[in-house]
Amino acid sequence: MRPAFSVLFLTTLIGAGQGLFIALFFCELLASASLSPGFFVGGSVLVLILSSLGGIASVFHLGHPERAWRAMTMWRTSWLAREGIALPAFMAAVFAYGFAHWTGFGHTLAIGITAVVLSVALFICTAMIYAAIKVLKEWAHPLTLVNFVVLGCASGTTLAAAWAGFTAPNLMPELALAAFVLTALGLLTRSISLLRNARLSPASTLQTAIGIRHPKIVQKSQGAMGGSYNTREFFHGKSPAFVRGVLLMLVFCTFVLPLSLVLTLPLLAFVLQYAGLLAERWYFFAEARHPQNLYYQGNS
Amino acid sequence: MPSPIHDPIASPMPDASTEMRTTTCYMCACRCGIRVHLRNGEVRYIEGNPDHPLNKGVICAKGGSGIMKQYSPARLTQPLRRKPGSERGANEFEEISWEETFDILETRLAHLRATDPKKFALFTGRDQMQALTGLFARQFGTPNYAAHGGFCSVNMAAGMIYTIGGSFWEFGGPDLERAKVFYMIGTAEDHHSNPLKSAIGDFKRNGGRFVAINPVRSGYAAIADEWIPIKPGTDGALIMAIIREIIALGLYDREFLARYTNSGQLVNQDESSQEFGMMMRNPAGDILNPLRPHNFYWWDRLTDQPVEDHAKGADPMLFGSHVMPDGTPVKPAFQLLKERVADCTPEWAEKITGISADTIRRIAHEMGITARDQRIELPIPWTDWWGEEHESVTGNPVAFHAMRGLAAHSNGFQTIRSLAILMSLLGTIDRPGGFRHKAPYPRAIPPNARPPKGPECVQPNTPLNGAPLGWPESPDDLFVDEKGQPVRIDKAFSWEHPLSAHGLMHNVITNAWRGDPYPVDTLMLFMANMAWNSSMNTSEVRKMLVDKQADGEYKIPFIVVCDAFQSETTAFADLILPDTTYLERHDCMSMLDRPISEFDGPVDAVRIPVVAPKGECRPFQEVIVELAGRLKLPAFTTPAGTRKFKGYTDFVVNYETAPGSGIGLLAGWRGRDGEKAMRGEPNQNQWEMYEKNGCFFQYHLPPSSQYMRNWNKGYMDWAQQAGLRRDNDPIVIHIYSELLQGFRLAAEGKRPGKQPPDELRERVATYFDPLPFWYAPLEDEQSDLKHYPLNALTQRPMAMYHSWDSQNAWLRQIHAYNHLYVNTHTAEAAGISDGGWMWVESQWGRVRCMCRYSEAVEPGTVWTWNAIGKSSGAWNLSKDANESKQGFLLNHLISEELPANADGRRFSNSDPITGQAAWYDVRVRIYPADAGEPEQTSPQFEPMEPVPGMGQRKMGWQAWFAGKKGEGK
Amino acid sequence: MTQLALVIDLNVCVGCHACVTNCKQWNTSGAAGALTDCNPYEAEPNGTFFNRVQTFEVGSYPNTETVHFPKSCLHCEDPPCVPVCPTGASYKRKSDGIVLVDYDKCIGCKYCSWACPYGVREFDEQRKVMTKCTLCVDRIYDQKLPEAERKPSCVLACPPGARLFGDVHDPDSEVSVAIRERGGYALMPEAGTRPANHYLPRRKQTLTIRDEELYRSDNPHKIDGAPFDLDLPPTNEELN
Repeated sequence: MRPAFSVLFLTTLIGAGQGLFIALFFCELLASASLSPGFFVGGSVLVLILSSLGGIASVFHLGHPERAWRAMTMWRTSWLAREGIALPAFMAAVFAYGFAHWTGFGHTLAIGITAVVLSVALFICTAMIYAAIKVLKEWAHPLTLVNFVVLGCASGTTLAAAWAGFTAPNLMPELALAAFVLTALGLLTRSISLLRNARLSPASTLQTAIGIRHPKIVQKSQGAMGGSYNTREFFHGKSPAFVRGVLLMLVFCTFVLPLSLVLTLPLLAFVLQYAGLLAERWYFFAEARHPQNLYYQGNS
Repeated sequence: MPSPIHDPIASPMPDASTEMRTTTCYMCACRCGIRVHLRNGEVRYIEGNPDHPLNKGVICAKGGSGIMKQYSPARLTQPLRRKPGSERGANEFEEISWEETFDILETRLAHLRATDPKKFALFTGRDQMQALTGLFARQFGTPNYAAHGGFCSVNMAAGMIYTIGGSFWEFGGPDLERAKVFYMIGTAEDHHSNPLKSAIGDFKRNGGRFVAINPVRSGYAAIADEWIPIKPGTDGALIMAIIREIIALGLYDREFLARYTNSGQLVNQDESSQEFGMMMRNPAGDILNPLRPHNFYWWDRLTDQPVEDHAKGADPMLFGSHVMPDGTPVKPAFQLLKERVADCTPEWAEKITGISADTIRRIAHEMGITARDQRIELPIPWTDWWGEEHESVTGNPVAFHAMRGLAAHSNGFQTIRSLAILMSLLGTIDRPGGFRHKAPYPRAIPPNARPPKGPECVQPNTPLNGAPLGWPESPDDLFVDEKGQPVRIDKAFSWEHPLSAHGLMHNVITNAWRGDPYPVDTLMLFMANMAWNSSMNTSEVRKMLVDKQADGEYKIPFIVVCDAFQSETTAFADLILPDTTYLERHDCMSMLDRPISEFDGPVDAVRIPVVAPKGECRPFQEVIVELAGRLKLPAFTTPAGTRKFKGYTDFVVNYETAPGSGIGLLAGWRGRDGEKAMRGEPNQNQWEMYEKNGCFFQYHLPPSSQYMRNWNKGYMDWAQQAGLRRDNDPIVIHIYSELLQGFRLAAEGKRPGKQPPDELRERVATYFDPLPFWYAPLEDEQSDLKHYPLNALTQRPMAMYHSWDSQNAWLRQIHAYNHLYVNTHTAEAAGISDGGWMWVESQWGRVRCMCRYSEAVEPGTVWTWNAIGKSSGAWNLSKDANESKQGFLLNHLISEELPANADGRRFSNSDPITGQAAWYDVRVRIYPADAGEPEQTSPQFEPMEPVPGMGQRKMGWQAWFAGKKGEGK
Repeated sequence: MTQLALVIDLNVCVGCHACVTNCKQWNTSGAAGALTDCNPYEAEPNGTFFNRVQTFEVGSYPNTETVHFPKSCLHCEDPPCVPVCPTGASYKRKSDGIVLVDYDKCIGCKYCSWACPYGVREFDEQRKVMTKCTLCVDRIYDQKLPEAERKPSCVLACPPGARLFGDVHDPDSEVSVAIRERGGYALMPEAGTRPANHYLPRRKQTLTIRDEELYRSDNPHKIDGAPFDLDLPPTNEELN
């Protein structure tokens, strides 16, 4: 698949936001000492900023953003529609959570639990958008969901550690440790999915694509020589060396460097990890081999 | 489910005014009936006319893209004159009025006509109005006229017409409705393409067996039941071997050969005689037609003596050797064919063709056994020319089709003659399941028109005494001077190419440039891209077009180009005449020219404008009629000296081949009230009646006249009465061609009359063999085959017609550029990668292009789609368009002339009999391009700029959707 | 329940692209238009088409098949492109099974094209909506047309008659009979989409000639004599 940058930003930004919120909530739930409202209010604002940026990024993916409201209508069948509902719902809950902390309204745990549930729901919706596409075997697997959750939580928790460094320094070590654990877990789960995807054999072949049983079939014409939507949307179009470079960036920036930095320099760790996640998401698209590409192998 | 907002059924413009008009397609030469739908006056949809006999509602990719031709930005809209002071080829023009244009032409042409009419040369490309353009040339008095047949498929026409009196083409074809097996030899996708596609589809659905013999498996060969790859130019060897096998096994249709061919006619075998090799003539026999005496002999096997051919109760010997009562040794023609093929064993052919002897035998057996055992009998009584009544029409269901694949080789004429003979041996001529004629064919062998006979035929201010083109019957019909030298600029009908019935358009520019045989003054080209894909040796031809004499005058002083589009050629014009598209003009597919007849009777058709001409565009027909009127050409002028025809439509209605002949350009709705068919006085409402009938006229012959028309008395009488034939004598198939022998005798000095120049005697004697034979293509003899081991071919993609369609926004998406297809092993051996840049080189030049591996081409052949490559900026494409940067022409590798002889003489690279351009003969080698070379095709030419009057081409995007949106930016 | 579909006969498709451009011209001016062309006269011309013809080479020389392969929306019975659409723009009609895009609801997210394994949806770069084959729904029900012409444009155009159109749920329809009797198959059955469109495979007609068929008792050699020295089977007379 051709990585769509709007989608890379959308999923990584809201993922970090969701992870950050979950971290905030667990701080409130588990913290032994009381924390300043600023930690929660500011944190909630951060979550809302990330989510909003993600939402704005997603608009760039649409041909008709003015009709974006329609995207909520088919929630019965479409994970994309569900995401379209879950994201604003999550944001509303986060806003309420921050507002409650700010105004001292109380009920923050109840609001927080609601927001956490919505955050998890949003993780599921976002991940299932990809995992529900059966023809993309690289995506259509529970690991997609696991990775979206774990990587979102890892980046969010890394950011929470950095945020705590400014507003609740005593929480920072625990948060950094949690970020370390989550990042390590992410390394594990993403590695498993990378290994799995590398070893996948495609369900469809040129033989099933055109229905001719012969081991040697070579495409000579696509019927269009100046390219088409099908040659643009489903190929990343980059060289193998470039793809390997992205994979290296994925491994080092998402996992290796943050693991070594998060305990001491969590902000730097987050910046690197976020950049790494962009590479991770790019790779997520690029490694998905769409069966339609069987029809777009050669031309003359 | 919520209901949709966008109604998928509602018309986008419900209030628009709509209209549907019928006319005839011209996106290729197929000429399908179309229905053009207009919305608010704009062309919105073009569909096949379901009522039309030719295409029965279907339409091809090109026909379906007519809209994008109509609204192409490459259209010329103004008469243009080369800017004073600018160089020819610099593509700098200024707009002028039609009045000025006609003044220029009238002044120049009137002067030429009054001084030396042959200084005016008129050559037309994809012309479907030769009845008019030929008449114009004849009336002007210039012999220098032809259409593009010389580089198209004249070998196909001549090879078959000189054998069976008809040809594949619009003049005949395979009867796939009743055939059981079908052999398509060589590429044959172009002519009659939609009907043939439909027929092949039905044939396969009905369980027919389709065998494709072709170096390349593309096109129709793709769906063949068997593909037999063959080396290019060797088809003749294959066919000779099949003929041998058919004769050897007795699988020939003896009854057919004996009665309907000249197989049983006795041939003079007295080598000392001036009549050696000619048919014995029976002084007591019935001459039938003094212009073409039929008084032959048979050797009757029942009485063992010579008898009048077709004598009642006689049956000719086909084999053997006899002595006439006067002592003349004779042999039946079929014996001579048998002797000819004696050594043409399948093993012999295997070495030449690359097809195994077993395969050759197998397909020969398939043909022969199917013909013998699957005989068709239709309960249709008919009477043959000799008065014998037949209770039924019979046929042998073996069909063939071939076109350019056989034709475009220098051995094509004899190869095609061998094919026609094989078809005759199998008894398949104008019989069900085999080959069927289409009116106006069958015609006499050869048809009656003869070329002018000498320089005296060309006189100032005088029409030629006949058509400029024709069918020589004997050496005396050649158009040569007293020294035997050519009179035509293209050297047609000279000893170099005696039977060049369609002329040699491919040599006109070279000959005129060289002044050989003489220079011309004005060259008028219509709809032919002679500075690009229609010329061989394109790069050099472009130089000739701008070459000057010492005095600064161009070697070809004045070039007029008429075309609807800006092409590579318009850049070399001194005067450009903007033609209309096919949707903007009247036209006729005339019985006098190239009609669209069906097997069961004549059909002709017209075009009627469905939209108004764009800008100042004017149909070439109108230009010709106007010029003819201004020049006061006799056929276009009343006795009082006034103009006879108001315009083209008036001309079509009122022109008669001879005063009162009742034969005109259109055969339908003749007679004062349109009550007559084929022949009748002019009908002033003829166009309206055609329009009412969907723009075609179809005549159904009675079943008794639909078959065996070479010898069918009923048909012959009708055809003569209808004006399709001058005479009504039978057309006996020439298994043995005494016509060719006549030329050979002249070359051997054994025949009185016109003699070839000495240096050509051996050439003529060699190739004018009365029996078919295979010889290697001429270029092979003059090429280092070790250095250039490969053949290079082109084929026409079904979605493109010549160079016409690169300005078509839809079609160019399908073929934006081209690769050279090379067999995978061949390419790997040469170190060329799939998709990599490579050179393909002949002794004439080299081209850089991209390689595409293919398993569907025989290893000794490389090929590409023709005419995709364009010169940068031509056809109003952007200068970096794929067509110019990745597309290429193979024409740069092909010469219009063969290498010089020892005496420095250069012959046309053509068939030595017909002058058919041998553009499939070229030999090449291939090698990879160097890593540092630019990744674009070579050669490249100076980019062309748009000329005045051309539309702005849409940049970025456009959407063809009138009245709503989508004009593009 | 009706399921309209195309059945494409690879046995007779010659790859002429008639279906491609005739689809384009009908639909660009019809309810589904306009179909944009990008760079129409420049480098890399490309545009929106609902139907393409591709070419494949199968096997190795000389046992090569050149297969022309027309490809358009297969109007799946279980179309993966429909449930994923967040707006309901991608829908399958209950009445006739045609899968359509509602251009006025489409937000241009391209998600449906990701879900389709066949690559038959094309995003219109100018209108910014997803487009696809409509089976010419705006002509097949047009009562103003003669019944024989109420077919998709590609079907009417196809010169060799390689495209059949009809209801694949009606067991007696031309398309169902063709699928049943001529080995009709669906593309990528493993995708579980149950395409309504089917393809008919190549079929080979062979001819077997047995040696004893070569010489028949009415062989003209009995009249003419044998032309060459041949090792022919003995004739009946010689056997007697």
